[in-house]
Amino acid sequence: MNKSHEHIVIIGNGISGITTAREVRKKSSQPITVISAESDYFFSRTALMYVYMGHMKFEHIQPYEQFFWQKNNIGLVKALVTKVDTSVKEVQLDNGEPIPYDKLVIASGSKPNTFGWPGQQLKGVMGMYSKQDLEYLEACSPGCKHAVIVGGGLIGIEMAEMLHSRKIGVTFLVREAGFWGSVLPSAESEMINRHIREHHINLKVNTKLVEILADSNNNARAVVTDKGETIECQVVALTAGVTPNIAFLQGSGIELGKGVKVNPFLETNIRDVFAIGDCAEQHEAIDLRKQVEAVWYTGKIMGETLAQTLCGNRTAYDPGPWFNSAKFFDIEYQTYGWVWPTPRENEVQFYWEHPGGKKAIRIAYNKNTRTFLGINCFGIRMRHQFFDKVLREQLTVDTVLQNFEKANFDPELFTTYENDIRAAFQKNHSKLMTANGY
Amino acid sequence: MDTKTHSLSLANPAPQNMNAMQKLSVAIGLTGLFIFALALFNVQLLFKTAWLYVAIIFILAGILIYSLSTYKKLPPGIQNNGVYFKSISAKGVWGWATGIVLTLLYVFLYWFPQYLGMGKEGNNNTGLVGFFDPLSYFLNGHAASQWFVYGVLYTMAIVGFGFKFLLKYRHNKYQQVRTISVMFFQLGFAFLIPEILTKLNPTIPYFSKDVKNMWPLNYYFFEDWHLKAMLEGGNLGMFILLFGLAMIFIISPVLTYFYGKRWYCSWVCGCGGLAETAGDPFRHLSSKKLNAWKFERWSIHTVLVLIVLTTIAVLYTFLGDPANKTWITKDEFTIGVVIFLSVVIAVIFIFKRKQLDKDVKYTLAALGIIVVGSILINFLSGQKNILFIDSNQLRSWYGFAIGAAFSGVIGVGFYPLMGSRVWCRFGCPMAAILGLQQKLFSRFRITTNGGQCISCGNCSTYCEMGIDVRAYAQKGENIVRSSCVGCGICAAVCPRGVLKLENGDEKDRFNPQAILIEKDKITLAG
Ligand SMILES: Cc1cc2nc3c(=O)[nH]c(=O)nc-3n(C[C@H](O)[C@H](O)[C@H](O)COP(=O)(O)OP(=O)(O)OC[C@H]3O[C@@H](n4cnc5c(N)ncnc54)[C@H](O)[C@@H]3O)c2cc1C
Ligand code: SF4
Ligand code: SF4
Repeated sequence: MNKSHEHIVIIGNGISGITTAREVRKKSSQPITVISAESDYFFSRTALMYVYMGHMKFEHIQPYEQFFWQKNNIGLVKALVTKVDTSVKEVQLDNGEPIPYDKLVIASGSKPNTFGWPGQQLKGVMGMYSKQDLEYLEACSPGCKHAVIVGGGLIGIEMAEMLHSRKIGVTFLVREAGFWGSVLPSAESEMINRHIREHHINLKVNTKLVEILADSNNNARAVVTDKGETIECQVVALTAGVTPNIAFLQGSGIELGKGVKVNPFLETNIRDVFAIGDCAEQHEAIDLRKQVEAVWYTGKIMGETLAQTLCGNRTAYDPGPWFNSAKFFDIEYQTYGWVWPTPRENEVQFYWEHPGGKKAIRIAYNKNTRTFLGINCFGIRMRHQFFDKVLREQLTVDTVLQNFEKANFDPELFTTYENDIRAAFQKNHSKLMTANGY
Repeated sequence: MDTKTHSLSLANPAPQNMNAMQKLSVAIGLTGLFIFALALFNVQLLFKTAWLYVAIIFILAGILIYSLSTYKKLPPGIQNNGVYFKSISAKGVWGWATGIVLTLLYVFLYWFPQYLGMGKEGNNNTGLVGFFDPLSYFLNGHAASQWFVYGVLYTMAIVGFGFKFLLKYRHNKYQQVRTISVMFFQLGFAFLIPEILTKLNPTIPYFSKDVKNMWPLNYYFFEDWHLKAMLEGGNLGMFILLFGLAMIFIISPVLTYFYGKRWYCSWVCGCGGLAETAGDPFRHLSSKKLNAWKFERWSIHTVLVLIVLTTIAVLYTFLGDPANKTWITKDEFTIGVVIFLSVVIAVIFIFKRKQLDKDVKYTLAALGIIVVGSILINFLSGQKNILFIDSNQLRSWYGFAIGAAFSGVIGVGFYPLMGSRVWCRFGCPMAAILGLQQKLFSRFRITTNGGQCISCGNCSTYCEMGIDVRAYAQKGENIVRSSCVGCGICAAVCPRGVLKLENGDEKDRFNPQAILIEKDKITLAG
């Protein structure tokens, strides 16, 4: 157990900040203070939708019981950090005395993007990021018959599912040719489009927002699209991505780009100041990742990594092979490694879709070496460990398909499709199916 | 404390109105119940027998139509929208009302059956029990009892709501097969077969013919009257006795080793069957608090110690009575029990000491000390009663406090308030034994899928056994918990495909092969 007395101050009680606090506490008894303006306790941002849909209450999306924080001696402060003064090593709050730090961790997350759309400040127009956003949506819901969602990504489709669950009509404006077209190849995107429509969402692809119209009380009353259409609505959800939430750091001397600039050790340009999670921006991208990674588990890994460093074991951020997951209404999605919407150089893609149109996989591999590059899975669960090993050891697509049974993670008794998938693969990608040790 | 936390989800969401079909189905079902109510209050009906079947058909049809009109129009998938907004499933007025009605039903069943129309001292049945006479004569050749009525209603609930569950989870084959299994075991093994066997063997005394209902859940299996009845029950009696013993000592340990306790708790058991079907809308109400878990571990092991004691005491008295012709003597039995329990406890301590939690250690120690100790005292002092307590007394206390009050009144009556598995979680001694084995000697585990967990909490919320599944999943650890009944709902509701119920090699059961770097095994308080 580390006996240091250095005070660690963490701005943000999201997954990154809280993971840091927990991991440091496992190794050290030094004082830790977590500051957040959003909520008293850590909650799972990813689960906000389920509270709105009535699957859970807010208390259920808080992963730790309230006694946990005191018992583990992690100090929680509810306040907004207005300024960081690195010269005297303290953070200033909107509601109290400044808090001095020895080590400062910035884990302030993101905020929704807005692109200066006319009318974006009207009542009834919102993003979906914070607990307050959810409360605002809750407040707007009773009078809402129809809502328009702008931005065809992960949060947009969650919003569609949320509003639909409350029997609110939804028009979903997507700029690309299909849902999440910037990430998904067109076949998968098309499959999700169908599923969105099956849920009675009015999906409009290749459509952009032009402006939001107001009524006499400054409430949103309609949106106008670039197709010249005017859609009546009471709620407008802007879900076109997020950007790091770092405005309060302007002028602090901490180097900022899109996010807080960090090196692989998650250190900023200022000694004893670190940044992790959604708000951190790597000077240089790690493998094919983005410089700003706004996903749950990277925040978690950064938190774990930084805790090592803070406890005296300076460790670089090494997230390993990429993975992610989501759920589009009823269709689960998992991805391991990289599958691009259009194949890159030397890359071939194999696509299989179940005749029912709700299950699909796409595998990308190198056409020269046949090295497996990545997989998209829809409606079939896959084993993370399997693909982590495949990707780390750079095994071939043939090895993967031979051992495909081992990759399956669907519940017992589910129908399996390995044979269908292999047969389909062999047809156009035959090359080899020899026994080859996994 | 953050008070807004609670108001958030209660902020009056759009009412989840019933559609016309749903309203119709509720009306049909209530009509069936209304006919039962008329019978209960002795309203004289013409064509009484016909009305009985009409009522049964109406209730089942009501459930059927309700299920079809609720789920058929929705694409297959998880159907938990509005669970926390509906009065019935969120401890609202309807939830409380249902809880009170169910509780009263059990109170009458156990202690005041005469108000349900049970004829006392040879009198004819009246009221609701009398209403069921025709069906009872048809099936088993006797007049109905309150337990027959209960059996019919119980079976209807499992079959009817089982159908609803099948539709609700029509995208999930594990759920479907498991539910068909509990429906089958209830309808066939618990209900029809025993009734028909009774009819075919009119002369032999009563004993339980439900072969799946094993000791210690069926706590009277080794009671003197039951043993006598089986011993005097000809081939059938002998079969039931031997099968019952085989269930306890061979079939159950083997199946639990290969599949975990789920083979019983969520595939076969009648209590589990009701919880999984009629109880499904209440599964999320189980408390996930650490304190509830602490309480659970003490209460369930206490019940286990009690039933072992009671059974040994009763058997001891039974064998001590020269009037009973048996294969073994009292002394042989005592020695057998001492050896058996000592071996079990020794094996657990020697091989699995590291995996035992404190409460389990205490339980085992308590079992060891009380059982072995008191048997020896009695043995050496030549007393007739074990433990210096009259075994009949012990047995009737157990029957009242555990068999009736706990498993019935609280176990089912409190579904809408404490979730559907109150009994299974806090009381069932069968679950305690299977759980101990599941934790220590089984291939079953719930595998966590690497680093995919987003800590959303669906798994924990919908775990009817109150297991905080997320606490393991978010660390990348597998879930190996004695209380898990393997219902598979956590895996079903997980939006990220993180959980999988599996049987596999015992040695990598616990392995947290986390993809994230959290590999050191230091844990935090809480
Ligand atoms: C609706 C939704 C669904 C999502 N679903 C997924 C998913 O399924 N999978 C996935 O991988 N990712 C998902 N994400 C993204 C994921 O939630 C984020 O990547 C992750 O929560 C970021 O964690 P963080 O700790 O970096 O920041 P945050 O969780 O944003 O935490 C930052 C905290 O700091 C506080 N804060 C900021 N500035 C200040 C200040 N000046 N003073 C005081 N406090 C401050 C904020 O209020 C906030 O509470 C989702 C995001 C949203 C919004
Ligand atoms: S842990 Fe999962 S499978 Fe086990 S009882 Fe809970 S919900 Fe069912
Ligand atoms: S439901 Fe799945 S993602 Fe959510 S907390 Fe449980 S395991 Fe994690």
